[in-house]
Amino acid sequence: MGKITGFLEFEREDIARRSVQERVADWREIELPVLQEQLTRQGARCMDCGIPFCNTGCPLGNLIPDWNDHVFRGAYAAAMDALQSTNNFPEITGRVCPAPCETSCTLGINAEPVSIKQIEHSIADRAFAEGLVVSQPPRIRTGKKVAVIGSGPAGLAAAQQLNRAGHTVTVFEKSDKIGGLLTYGIPDFKLDKQIIARRVTQMSEEGVEFRHGIEVGRDITFDQLRAKFSATCVAIGSKVPRDLAVDGRGLHGIYFAMDFLEQQNRRVSGASVVGDEISARGKHVVVIGGGDTGSDCIGTSHRQGALSVTNLEIMSKPPASRAESTPWPMWPLVLRTSSSHEEGGVREYAVMTDRFSGIDGRVAKLHAVRVAFSDGKPSRVPGSEFEIDADFVLLALGFLHPEPSGLLEQLGAGKDVRGNLKVDASFMTTVPGVFAAGDCQRGQSLVVWAIADGRRAARAIDSYLMGSSELP
Amino acid sequence: MSLPHRSGLYDPRYEHDSCGVGFVASLKGKPTHDIVRKGVEILLNLVHRGACGCDPLTGDGAGLLLQIPDEFLRREAEQLGFSLPAPGLYGSGLVFLPRDRVARARCRQVLEDKIIGTGQRLLGWRKVPVDENALGLVARQSAPAIEQVFIGAEAVSPTVFERKLFVIRKWTERTIRESNIPSKDSFYVPSLSAKTIVYKGLLLAQQLTQFYRDLDEPLLTSTLAMVHQRFSTNTFPTWQLAQPFRFLCHNGEINTVRGNAAWMFAREQLFDSEVFGEDVRHILPTIAPGGSDSATLDNVAEMLLQAGRSLPHVMMMLVPEAWQNDEMMPQHKRDFYAYHSCLVEPWDGPAALAFTDGTQIGAVLDRNGLRPARWTVTKDGLVILGSETGVLEFEPEQVERQGRLEPGKMFLIDLEKGRLIEDTEIKEELARRQTYGKWIRDNAAQLSELPDRLAIQAPTSADELLIRQRMFGYTQEELTMLLLPMAKTGQEATGSMGTDTPLAVLSDKPQLLFSYFKQHFAQVTNPAIDPIREELVMSLENYLGGEGNILFELPSQARMLHLAQPILTNADTAKLRFGHPETIGTPATIPMVYSVAEGGVGLKAGIDEMCRQSSLALLNGHSLLILSDRAASEYQAPIPSLLATAALHHHLMRNGTRMRCGIVVEAGDCREVHHFCLLIGYGAGAVNPYVALDTISHLARTGQIPGLTDPDLARKKYIKAIGKGLLKVMSKMGISTLQSYHGAQIFEAIGLSTDVIERYFTGTASRLSGIDLDVLAQEIALRHRVAFPTRTPRNRALEIGSEYHYRAQGERHLWNPNTISSLQQAVRNDDVHSYERYAKLINEQADGPITLRSGWTFVDSPAPISVDDVEPAAEIVRRFATGAMSFGSISREAHENIAIAMNRIHGRSNTGEGGEEPERFIPLPNGDSKRSSIKQVASGRFGVTTHYLVNADELQIKIAQGAKPGEGGQLPGHKVDAIIAKTRHSMPGVTLISPPPHHDIYSIEDLSQLIFDLKNVNPRARISVKLVALAGVGTVAAGVAKAHADLILISGYDGGTGASPQTSIKHAGIPWELGVSETHQVLVKNDLRSRVVLQTDGQIRTGRDVVIAAMLGAEEFGFATAPLVASGCILMRKCHLNTCPVGIATQDPRLRAKFAGKPEHVIRFMFYVAEEVRTIMASLGLRKFEELIGRTDFIRVRDNSSNWKLSQLDFSDVLKPADAAPGVGVCKTQEQDHGLQNALDNELIVLCKDALETGKPCSHELPIKNRHRTVGAMLAGEVARRYGGQGLPEGTIRLSFMGSAGQSFGAFATTGMEFSLEGDANDYVGKGLSGGILTVRFPAASTFAPDENILIGNTVLYGATSGKAFFNGMAGERFAVRNSGAITVVEGVGDHCCEYMTGGRVIVIGRTGRNFAAGMSGGYAYVYDERLEFTKLCNTEMVELEALGEDDSKFVLEMLQEHVERTGSTKAKRLVADWSSSVQRFIKVVPTEYRRVLESMRPQPAAAE
Repeated sequence: MGKITGFLEFEREDIARRSVQERVADWREIELPVLQEQLTRQGARCMDCGIPFCNTGCPLGNLIPDWNDHVFRGAYAAAMDALQSTNNFPEITGRVCPAPCETSCTLGINAEPVSIKQIEHSIADRAFAEGLVVSQPPRIRTGKKVAVIGSGPAGLAAAQQLNRAGHTVTVFEKSDKIGGLLTYGIPDFKLDKQIIARRVTQMSEEGVEFRHGIEVGRDITFDQLRAKFSATCVAIGSKVPRDLAVDGRGLHGIYFAMDFLEQQNRRVSGASVVGDEISARGKHVVVIGGGDTGSDCIGTSHRQGALSVTNLEIMSKPPASRAESTPWPMWPLVLRTSSSHEEGGVREYAVMTDRFSGIDGRVAKLHAVRVAFSDGKPSRVPGSEFEIDADFVLLALGFLHPEPSGLLEQLGAGKDVRGNLKVDASFMTTVPGVFAAGDCQRGQSLVVWAIADGRRAARAIDSYLMGSSELP
Repeated sequence: MSLPHRSGLYDPRYEHDSCGVGFVASLKGKPTHDIVRKGVEILLNLVHRGACGCDPLTGDGAGLLLQIPDEFLRREAEQLGFSLPAPGLYGSGLVFLPRDRVARARCRQVLEDKIIGTGQRLLGWRKVPVDENALGLVARQSAPAIEQVFIGAEAVSPTVFERKLFVIRKWTERTIRESNIPSKDSFYVPSLSAKTIVYKGLLLAQQLTQFYRDLDEPLLTSTLAMVHQRFSTNTFPTWQLAQPFRFLCHNGEINTVRGNAAWMFAREQLFDSEVFGEDVRHILPTIAPGGSDSATLDNVAEMLLQAGRSLPHVMMMLVPEAWQNDEMMPQHKRDFYAYHSCLVEPWDGPAALAFTDGTQIGAVLDRNGLRPARWTVTKDGLVILGSETGVLEFEPEQVERQGRLEPGKMFLIDLEKGRLIEDTEIKEELARRQTYGKWIRDNAAQLSELPDRLAIQAPTSADELLIRQRMFGYTQEELTMLLLPMAKTGQEATGSMGTDTPLAVLSDKPQLLFSYFKQHFAQVTNPAIDPIREELVMSLENYLGGEGNILFELPSQARMLHLAQPILTNADTAKLRFGHPETIGTPATIPMVYSVAEGGVGLKAGIDEMCRQSSLALLNGHSLLILSDRAASEYQAPIPSLLATAALHHHLMRNGTRMRCGIVVEAGDCREVHHFCLLIGYGAGAVNPYVALDTISHLARTGQIPGLTDPDLARKKYIKAIGKGLLKVMSKMGISTLQSYHGAQIFEAIGLSTDVIERYFTGTASRLSGIDLDVLAQEIALRHRVAFPTRTPRNRALEIGSEYHYRAQGERHLWNPNTISSLQQAVRNDDVHSYERYAKLINEQADGPITLRSGWTFVDSPAPISVDDVEPAAEIVRRFATGAMSFGSISREAHENIAIAMNRIHGRSNTGEGGEEPERFIPLPNGDSKRSSIKQVASGRFGVTTHYLVNADELQIKIAQGAKPGEGGQLPGHKVDAIIAKTRHSMPGVTLISPPPHHDIYSIEDLSQLIFDLKNVNPRARISVKLVALAGVGTVAAGVAKAHADLILISGYDGGTGASPQTSIKHAGIPWELGVSETHQVLVKNDLRSRVVLQTDGQIRTGRDVVIAAMLGAEEFGFATAPLVASGCILMRKCHLNTCPVGIATQDPRLRAKFAGKPEHVIRFMFYVAEEVRTIMASLGLRKFEELIGRTDFIRVRDNSSNWKLSQLDFSDVLKPADAAPGVGVCKTQEQDHGLQNALDNELIVLCKDALETGKPCSHELPIKNRHRTVGAMLAGEVARRYGGQGLPEGTIRLSFMGSAGQSFGAFATTGMEFSLEGDANDYVGKGLSGGILTVRFPAASTFAPDENILIGNTVLYGATSGKAFFNGMAGERFAVRNSGAITVVEGVGDHCCEYMTGGRVIVIGRTGRNFAAGMSGGYAYVYDERLEFTKLCNTEMVELEALGEDDSKFVLEMLQEHVERTGSTKAKRLVADWSSSVQRFIKVVPTEYRRVLESMRPQPAAAE
C-alpha cells in the first residue's frame, strides 16, 4: 500500500492559496486547486500504519490511509467510495475542518504530518467534477416518516442517511436557505455556497424534502409536527452566543460575530439583509476571541475594508510547535495561523477586556489589561492597563447552548447542566421518539462532529423504527 | 499399565517418543548366543538416547527382538512336561497378564479359546522367570505378570500358520479389550510368532538382562537381535509401548499418524475375506487403540505383510522415498511409487525404522534422512546397524566397510541367503513385480487430458462479483493485504508484529469458520522442514477417486484422477464436471447451500441433505463428488465449505464409504492459504476457489495489481502462491507430501462446541468447547445480509476489514490509539494514572472480549492485606524478562536500551538470534551493562561462539516462535549492515536464512543432546527451551523436562515478529492461557514440575496478565511488544520493510536517529506492572509471589451471559487445578541432574590445567567411546571464560583420541585447541566450532577406502564460526550446515552439504549427495567432481558454479597439503601429486549474492585515461 519509503522521500507541501492582495479583493475561495503530481507525492507520504491514529483522530473515522493509497495510485473513484463510506460531505470537511486527523498522524511524531485535508478536499472536488457523485436512493421505502429540524451539518447528515435507509425524510429549516451555519456562518472565501447547493440538490434527488423558512415551535408547533412523523431528529445547533458583561457593552458598534458574518454571507449570496447594516468598512476593528469564528471575522473585516484589525485573546500565546503538555497524539496546544491572519491585523495574547468607552453612544475605545496565568487561572498584571482604538467590536467568544425558547420549550425534553439537550447512547432525548444530533446536544463543536452525530443518530433512529439497521 | 485418561488439558494422544534403535545380524547363518549378547551390548551403548522420568531407576522402555530360540524353548518345554513340534510348527510369545490371579486366568482362557477357535493347538504355558528387584520403583509397581504361550500348528503351511497366530492375537486382544475383565489394560502380547520373539518392558538397558533371566541362558540363540531404547515424553508406566514391536522398531515420529490411522480405518471397510477367510472379522480394527505412532505403524505393516506382501514391499509402500521430483529415478521405479500412491498415502515423518520378519532384517530411512542410522559390516560376517556408530567395538582391521543409511534408502539382509542386499537391488526387484506403469497409464486420468469445456462464465459485472464477495465476507483488507500480493508476486504476503485481535470465538464480527481453527506445527519431537531449500522432498501431488481393497494389487486400483496440485481453476472445474467415462466416470455435483432464514436448524438440515445426496451418488456409482456453493442466492446461503467438507468426510467415514470417492470443493469462501490447508486437512482432494479467482481477475483487469494486468497470469501466480503456502504449512508440521496431509486433521479448534466437533470434525483437538450451529448460522446470516441489504443502496466499497491493521470501525485490537498513547504518556511523564488508564483498557476489555482471560476475574478474598505487606516490586521484576528480538531485526539503539533497562532492575534481556557484539559483555563505566543475560541459540546459530555462550546467565534454545512456529526466518540483505554482519559472522548486504528446524534437533533425544552440549560449554547458565502453545505442548514440555532443561518457556501464538507470513501470524498456535495451563498440569502430573522453571510470554501487557499467568502455573514472564511500545513503538507493522519511523525495527541510519526511547521508560513500565501485581496480591491476601503459582482456584469465570459467543465457552479444563500427588512440587524447587560429573571433559580440564592457567602447551592421548559425548565443550568453555574470543595461541592444547567418539565431538572447540581422533565419530562433530582445529581419520589399521566409507555422522560443523577441520573419510547429511567461518576438508558428503552456509570454505574431494548448497548465501565450496555428476547434484538457486581461479587453486592446494599432513589421506596425496590436472576437475561453488557484494566492496581500479 502506498509508497513504502514515501515519507522519507517527499516533504509535506501545503495547499496553495491565492495571494493575499488578490484574495482580499473578493469573496471567492482562497485555496487553489492542487496538481495531481503533488497529490500523488502527498499520498505517498502516508505510511499505511498498523495503527493509523488519524483514523481515530477523525471523529468520523475517515479511512484516511485507504484513500491516501488510492490517491497515490491515481484511483480517485475508489478514493471517493472510501471517503463517502464514512463521510457524507467530504467536500465540506475538506474545506472547513481543522483536521484533528493531521495532528494525530503518526508521521507527526517526529516529522511533518501527512497533508490529509488537502487530499480529502481534492478527492471530493474531483469526484464532483467527474460526475461521480450521483444520487443514491434507497431500494425500497419503509413508509416511515422522519422529521429533521435544522439543516446544519448534523441535520443534513442525519437526513441523508435516514433517507437512504428508506424512510421519508423532511428537513425543516427556519432560515431562508438550507445549510445552517455552513451557509450563513462560514464565509464564502472558506466555503463557496455552491458546494452546499449541489449537495442539497443531490439529497432532493434522493428524495429528501426540504422545507425552509419554517421554524418549528413558531410556524408550526412541535405537537403538530410530531403527529405527522414517526420520529424526529432535532439538530438546531447551539446558537446562543457567549456575551461579555463589561462596562460599555451596550454601546453601539459592538456585535456578536455571527450577526456580522451572517449579514455578509447574505450579501454575497444576493439575499436580503435584515436589520441594520453591520460593516467594518473604514473602521478600527477589534475582534475578541481567538478561535475560528474570530478568524472568520478578521478575514471578513479585511474584505469589507477595515482600517485596522486587532484580535484579542485572553490565553497566553501558544508555542510555535506542539506544547509538551499536549503530546502526540493529543490535539496540540500550538500557535495556529489561519489564512485570515495571513491577511493582516494584530494579534494580542493574554489580554482581558475591562470595558468599552464611547462617544455619542458609539464605541470608540476598548480598555484592556494584560493577564498572567498561574494554575490555569488568569490574574491581572498590575499597571499593564492600556487602551485600543475600537469603533467596531466583534464578540467571537463561542456559543453557550441551543435557543431555549420556542421548539425546546414545547418539546419539554431534559437538558444537561449547560443547557444542551440530554440524550442517551442512542441519541434519544428524554422524549421518546425524539432524537437530537450535533451541537444542540453536544455543545459547540466541529463540523465533523456534527456529521458524525448525524450519522450515528440516523442509525439509532433507523433501529428505533425498524428494530435493526443496515446503516453504518 | 497404559497411559492415564484424558483429564484437564492432558490428553494421552499427544504423547511422543523417540529413541535409539539398532540391530546386529550374522550373515554366516548359525544362531549363537553371542548375537544376543551383542544385541544387549548395543542397547547398553545407546542408553544415553533413552530417558528416565521422575524415578531415575525407571526407564522409558527397552527391548530386544530375537529369532525363536528353538533349542532353549524345547528344553524349557521338556522341563514343564510338554514337548514342542519341529521348529516352525509351533509359535510362541511372551504374554503380559494382569497380576490379579482371577483376571489373569480369564485372560489366559480367552487366548486359549482363540487358539481353539482358529483350529490350532495349545501346547502349554510357561512362567517367564523375571527378577523384579532389577526394576525401578515405578516399573515394579506396574509390572505385569509375564507368561509365555506355546501353540502348535495345525495349518497347511508356515505362512498360513503365521497368519493364524496373527488372528489369534488380534482376536484375543479385541475380546479382552471389549470384556469386563478387571485390569484388562495389563493384557498385552509383545509378539506371537513361529519365527521371532520379543523381550521388552519398562526397563533401562542395563536392567533388561537382569530382569529377563532367559537372556543370560547360553542356549538362547539367534542369528539376529533387534534392539530399541525408548525416550518418551511422559513418566507414566507403559510396559506395552516399549519397543521393538512385532516387526519393527522406530526412532522418530510419524507426523501424519492421525490421518494415516483414519484412512486405514476407512480402508478396512473395503477388506473382504479372500485372504483371511472368515477370520477377517476377528482381526479388525487393524490398529489397536492406545498405541503410539510406532505401534500403529507396526499394526499396519503387519496387516499388509500378513495379507501377502513382503516386508520390504510394505516398507516401500508406507515410507516411500522422495520420488516425485527425482528426475534421475528410473521410470519403472517411479511407476511403482505412483501406483502405490493410489493405494496408500505415505506415513510421513522422521523415521529410522529397523524391521524384521525373522528371515530378513533391514532398515529404512525417511525421505528426509532426519534420523541417523549407521552400519558396519565386519569381515567375519556381522552386520551392525544403529543410531550411532561405536555401539559395538571391533578391531579396525576387522571392519570390511561402514556406512550410513541415506535418505529414503533401504538396507536389507537376507539371512537365509546369507547376503546383504542394497537399496537398488531390493527396489529394482520390487518395481518389476508387475507392470505398474501400464496399470497407471491404462487407468489413471490426468486433469490435463480431459477435454476442454466451457467454464462457467466468470461474473462479468463488478456488481455480481461484489455480491459474492460480500456473501463470503471478503474485506478490502483481504484484497489488498492477502490476495493482491499473492497475485502480484506468487507468494504469500509477509507481515510483522503479533496479532492482537479477538480469537474468532470472541469476535463480534462474523467470522469465517476457518478462523476457529489453528494450525499445528512440529516442535522438538519432530522437525519442521524447509520447503524451499529442501524442495526435492516436497510434493503437492494427489490421487482422487474411489480406492480398492488395499490387501490386493489390481490394475483397476489405479483408476483415479491424478492432480499435480490441488487448486483447480474455473476451467479445470468445468472439465472435471463432465468427467471421463473410461477412467473416473462422471462426478456428482452436490449443492452446498441451505435456507438462510431457517438459522441453525436449516444449516443442520442443509448438511444432512448434502450427506444424503452424496451417499446416493455413491450408490449410483459416482467416484468423485463436487461440493458446490455456486447455487447460493438471496435466499440460499452457502454452507461454510469447511463445515460441509468435514461433515461429508466424517459421514462417509462412519458409513464405511469414504474410500469409494474423492471430494472436490467448489467454494466461494476459501481464499487464503489457511483455508486451503483446512479443506484438504479435512478431506477435500481438490478445491476450486472461484470467488477468489474471479476477484483476482477483476483486480488485474481494473489495473489494481501494480505491473500486472493479465488476469490469467494473476490467477496463475495466486495458485502458485497458495501451493507454496500449502507446502509451508505442511512443512511446519514436518510433513512432506500433500497426500499425507490430506485428511490428517492437523488442527486445533478453539471455541466450537463439543457437539459440532464430535459430529463434524471428529477427532479434532478442542480444549475449549463453545459455540454451536446456531451461532455459526447467525454469523452466516450477518454476512448474507450485507450482501443482500433490504433497504439501503449497496455500498460500492467492501467492508474495510481490520484483522491486520487497526481501523476504528473494524475489529477490536488490544494495541490501539488509546492503549498506546496512554502507555507512552505514562512512561514518559512518569504518570501512574496514565498507566492505570492503559491497564484498565487492556484488562477490562470493556468494548468486548479479545483474550480468553478477559472472560475471567478473581475470586473475592475474605482476607485482603495491605499492599505494604506484599513483597516489594523490586523482587517481582526479577521474574521479568524481555523477549528474544535480534539485533538485526531491531536497531542497536532499541536493543541496547532494553538491555540496559533490564540489567538495572535485575531482570533479563535476550539477545535474540543475532549474536551479540563482544564489547557489550563488558560493563560500562557508569555501572550500566548492555550485556543481554539471556543468549539465544536459534536454528541459524548466528554469532553463537563459545565466547558468546560463556557470557550468559541463561542459554535459550528457541524451538519455535509465537508468531511463526515451525518456521525459520530471513534477515533480508538490506537490513544486514556492517556491524550486524560482524556480529553474525557474515557479510553486509547478504541475506541470512534461519532454517525452520535446528539441524541438530530432529527429536527429543537430540534436544537432550543440545542441552547437554550447552550445559557443558557454560555449566553456570541455566538452559531454557522456548516452545509455542498448542494442544499437546504439555506433553512436549514433559519430554523437555526429561531432557534436562532448567526452564521451559511457553509462548502464546500472538507473540510478535520482525517478519512472518500472514498465515502464521494469525493461524498457527494458540493463546498462552491454554498452553501454560496444560504444561503446568502435565508437568505436575508427571512430577516434573519441580525441576523446571515455567515461563510464559506472548502479549503480556499488564500486572493482571502476569497474575493470571502465574495462577495458571507460570513463575517467570516475558514481555516484548509492551517494552517496545514503552520505547516508542506505535505498531506500524513495518518491521519487515526496514521503514520503522520511530527507529526501532530498522537499520536505516536516518530512521535510527529518530529513536527516542530511554531505559527509564522500560524500567517504569516494568515497575508499573509489578506494582499492579502487588495490588492484586494484596487484594487476595498474598504476601509472596510463589503463593500465586498454579492457584487457578483464585480465578472465577465472569458472568459472560450477555455475550453471544463468550457465554458458550466452557473454561473448566483450562482452570482445572493440577492434580499434585502428595509430595509433588508445583513450582521449581530442585535442580536438574545434568550428569556433567561423568563428562570426559572433567579429566581433560585436569590434564590441561597448566595450559588453561598459564598457557603452557600440552598434549595427551586418550581412548574414547560413543558414550563420551560433547568431548571438548567444557574445556572450550574454560578457555573462552579465561581468554575471551581470541582463545589460546594455536597448538596450546593438543589432544589425541582413539575409538568411536560420541555425539558432538569437538563441539565449540576454541582457538588454541587441537583435537585429533583416530577411529570414527557420530553426529555433530565440530558443532559451533570457534577456532579449534579438528582432525578425524580412520584407524591406520583399517583396510577400506576412506572416501567410500562413513567416518563422521550428520550435521557436522553446524554453526561453526571459525577454525579448521580435516576428515579423512565420508560425512553424513548436512555437512557444514550454517557454517559461517570454518575451513574444512572432507572426502565425501551426504545430501544438503553446505546448506544455509554464510561463510568459510568447504573442500570436498569425494562424492556429494543431492541438494548441495541449498540456501547457501556466503563462503565458498570446492568440489572434486570425480564422476562428473556434481552439476546435477548441486542446487543452483542461490549459487553459481565455476572453475577455480588462481587464488582458489593456491588455497585448495595448501589446504590439501595440510590435510595430508594431518590425516595422511592417500587420496589428497594423489591429488596434490598431480595438482595441475586434478585442479581441472575441481568446481568452485560461489553464492551469487555473495559474489555481488564482494565485487561491490572491491576498490574500483582507477579508470585508465
